[in-house]
Amino acid sequence: MGLVVSAIAFLFAVAIVGTAAKRLPQASTVVYGGTAAACALIALWAALRLAGGGPDAALVLPVGLPWIQAHLRADALSAVFLIVVNLGGITASLFGWGYERAHHDSHGTFQGGSQDGPVLPLYPLFLAGMNMVLIAADAFTFLLSWEFMSLASWLLVLSTHREPDTPKAARLYLLMASFGTACLLLAFGVLATAHGDYSFAAIRAHAPAAGAAALVVVLILLGAGSKAGLVPLHVWLPLAHPAAPSHVSALMSGVMTKVAVYAMIRVLFDLLGEPEWWWGGVTMGFGALTAVMGVLYALMQDDVKRLLAYSTVENIGAIVIALGLALVFKAAHTPVIAALALAAALLHVVNHSLFKSLLFFAAGAMLTATGSRDLNRLGGLIHRMPTTAVLALIGAAAISALPPLNGFVGEWLLFQAILNAPALSEWSLKIEIAVVGAALALATALAGACFVRLYGIAFLGRPRSRAAAEAVEVGRAMRLGMAVPAVLCVVLGVLPTPLIRLFEPALRMLVEAGPFDGRAYQPWFWLAPTSAIGNSYNGLIMLVVIALLSVVLVLGIHRKASDRVRWSIPWGCGFDGPDPAAVTQYTASSFGQPIRRAFGSTVFRARDHVDMPAPGDTRPARLSVTWTDPAWVVVVEPLSRAVGWLAEKANRLQFMTIRRYLTLMFLALVVLLVMVAVTQR
Amino acid sequence: MTLLLATLYQILQMLLVLALAPLLTGWVRLVKARLVGRQGPSVLQPFRDLLRLLRKEVVLARNASWLFRSVPYMMFTAIWLAAGLVPVFTTQLALAPTADLIALIALLGSARFFLALAGMDTGTSFGGIGSSREMMIAALAEPAMLMIVFSVAILVRSTSLAEIADFMMAGAVGLRISLALALIALVMVAIAENARIPIDNPATHLELTMVHEAMVLEYSGRHLALVEAASMLKLLLYMALIACVFAPWGMATAGSGVAAALGGMLVFVAKLAVGGTLLALFETSIAKMRVFRVGEFLGGALLLSLLGAIFLYVSRGV
Repeated sequence: MGLVVSAIAFLFAVAIVGTAAKRLPQASTVVYGGTAAACALIALWAALRLAGGGPDAALVLPVGLPWIQAHLRADALSAVFLIVVNLGGITASLFGWGYERAHHDSHGTFQGGSQDGPVLPLYPLFLAGMNMVLIAADAFTFLLSWEFMSLASWLLVLSTHREPDTPKAARLYLLMASFGTACLLLAFGVLATAHGDYSFAAIRAHAPAAGAAALVVVLILLGAGSKAGLVPLHVWLPLAHPAAPSHVSALMSGVMTKVAVYAMIRVLFDLLGEPEWWWGGVTMGFGALTAVMGVLYALMQDDVKRLLAYSTVENIGAIVIALGLALVFKAAHTPVIAALALAAALLHVVNHSLFKSLLFFAAGAMLTATGSRDLNRLGGLIHRMPTTAVLALIGAAAISALPPLNGFVGEWLLFQAILNAPALSEWSLKIEIAVVGAALALATALAGACFVRLYGIAFLGRPRSRAAAEAVEVGRAMRLGMAVPAVLCVVLGVLPTPLIRLFEPALRMLVEAGPFDGRAYQPWFWLAPTSAIGNSYNGLIMLVVIALLSVVLVLGIHRKASDRVRWSIPWGCGFDGPDPAAVTQYTASSFGQPIRRAFGSTVFRARDHVDMPAPGDTRPARLSVTWTDPAWVVVVEPLSRAVGWLAEKANRLQFMTIRRYLTLMFLALVVLLVMVAVTQR
Repeated sequence: MTLLLATLYQILQMLLVLALAPLLTGWVRLVKARLVGRQGPSVLQPFRDLLRLLRKEVVLARNASWLFRSVPYMMFTAIWLAAGLVPVFTTQLALAPTADLIALIALLGSARFFLALAGMDTGTSFGGIGSSREMMIAALAEPAMLMIVFSVAILVRSTSLAEIADFMMAGAVGLRISLALALIALVMVAIAENARIPIDNPATHLELTMVHEAMVLEYSGRHLALVEAASMLKLLLYMALIACVFAPWGMATAGSGVAAALGGMLVFVAKLAVGGTLLALFETSIAKMRVFRVGEFLGGALLLSLLGAIFLYVSRGV
């Protein structure tokens, strides 16, 4: 534990070096190298801690409020998330180092360039904040770390303050983060009411009454949900995540949302004691809504990074569905199935952090190479950036849940858990789970469409702008930063069982069972969880068989077939010119049109307006696509208005006379004393 | 010994689906021709077409990437493997525990994913139109398919196809409303996935109506042969899937001998002949619908399958 704390302290020290970036030419190397080293240390410690078992590491630091010390504790659940966060930290540092250098060499005004705002000192602080949230063991330390993490990421978003969209995004982010923290503050307040002790150990010992617990569940879903991006609290996320530099976007989307998931798990599974059956139902409903809406939003985006941020919303939805299922099964006292659902959630947490980081890095690489994030200005990059194209293809296939990659394994486990729903007794839950299963399947299928669109428009076809036509492959550090998660995507897809075994202590801690309990021993390359639905999946054999069949096929075809190849220009619908087909190439908007018409017209009131000039008129034809975000109307505008109104009212406090101030203070003291008198009786 | 036999059966099935797929397509074409009063080509014509395509040179667009050239192989492999996972003449297959129904659907999804990418690779508008419509159809067909799997899996308490077939053959199910709903939905999905009328017409190259054909328009020579063969395999796979889940009778099981397996093959060919005839009948008696009606058609399939699943979820007691 001391190791983790000193690693976090080291991150703070590195941040101080980062402040001297202007004077030290090597500052970025020191910062990114130091951050990567600290992250590697923590991740390794957490992995060994999970594998080795043993008692929880705990530490009490004499800081904080006078009568509360800072309790730190790393149990199995913390260790799982420490691995996720720091793995993301390592790859992001590697990529970020290359990214920073690429943007220093070229003195163009790239988006997300380091010449805008101070990224270096804030980057290690952001990671330190996330690590602190995971090891906090009392409400005060937890909230302090949470705010630290939020503020660091907010400042990182602001580092691109010259962008036209950034200030709006940052303001919205601050608003939503404050709202989320307020909810968490209230939640912990309710949890600690009974005994006035804010340490997690004390909260765990005194489970709150039913009414209080229900309030806490709602507040946690609001508080952690706004950070994770649950619909309808997701509005800030697709604006704020893309605004940061790409490696920070990757951390915010792939990792910080997982810290919010950690908060949900910690409170719902650990601190609140025995769950009630409807908690999981509510959580699942939110998750299903989030998954479907998130991917529909993503399908309508033309900005690569914003699309990826919306896709994060979808994946968080899937994770929250898994959490809800685990809660339902835990409440129904079927711990083995609960462990299956929770394993699916944790596995998806890891998987998503990998492929989402990878895809954000790929977006950063495209941005470095072409200076654009707009899909309609990209295209044909597979020829100009071969390595990035291959790695991004792995990421796109993994996130679309294609076997034998890792995204599919998490989805498969989740569906296995859903298939166990008939064992429940509440029939309303059963119907809900069937519908949630359909929603999840729909979201997965739409995610496939979404990433075909992203990859096809950005990497395939013909360049849609001069910058895309002249793009050059990014440097070695950036490619390596993408290669690490890509390789892990394949490895975890083929061999998921060792990772699930590694996470088993956390599952035992939370639901008192493991997903393989009561089954005969399975070799490490099989995935066959215990459940009423007995079946198995084996990515390794699948991969081997696919490889075998491919070899047979290629050899068979090439023995029979002619291998003559002629290159020519494709048919371009009657347009002539050197490259006729490019004129009629599909764009991001046209690719999304069928799905926009099928799904978006009701949910988003999406409309295509076609302006066709009459024959003989020389005006160009125009197509404009409009759509409105329902969440914006329902959540943001009222909230924004309320905050504005409150700020107006509170403003009067600034201009009072001394007499009034004294009166106010006296009255406040009286009220507080009355409250104490009432509660202490 | 059993593993050896299962492996042998597995290899045999891989070869069998490969041999039967073009025959099935030829059979459907022949029956369709007879139904509209034409003579029709021989059942072996698809074989000849494939061989002819294999011997032709490949014409590639100048900006076609490596992805475009490797997708036919990837796609064919994925569909071939998927077809090998569906029990057709015996449930004793070596790969049965490797992948269940969910994995099979995802495998088909992989094939579609890569083919849609290949459609976008040359940058022509046809490829784009095909890919984008294909993904819209898939976005509805896949969840419908998964809900059908849910219905069946809850009844059988397994998503393993071999176990499903064994369970259905034991005849303990009887007639169930949810299974009927699942069957109707599965047929709808199969029609959409195989680009048959009324969703798409496999015999036309008219821009406004194309989905699948538009994606593969730029392919030629051996690549086209592979893509065509993969489509034929896919048709066979869906027929085999419907047969395996809803009419598994005549299949050999783990205990029965080699003779039963051979009998199972004959029964399977008979099933395919019946299925092909029904498909031809259906296709000749219906007109193609507009592309944007497909959403309603498949939405119907999704709702039917969801309804079936809900019935089962609720009716299964604790």
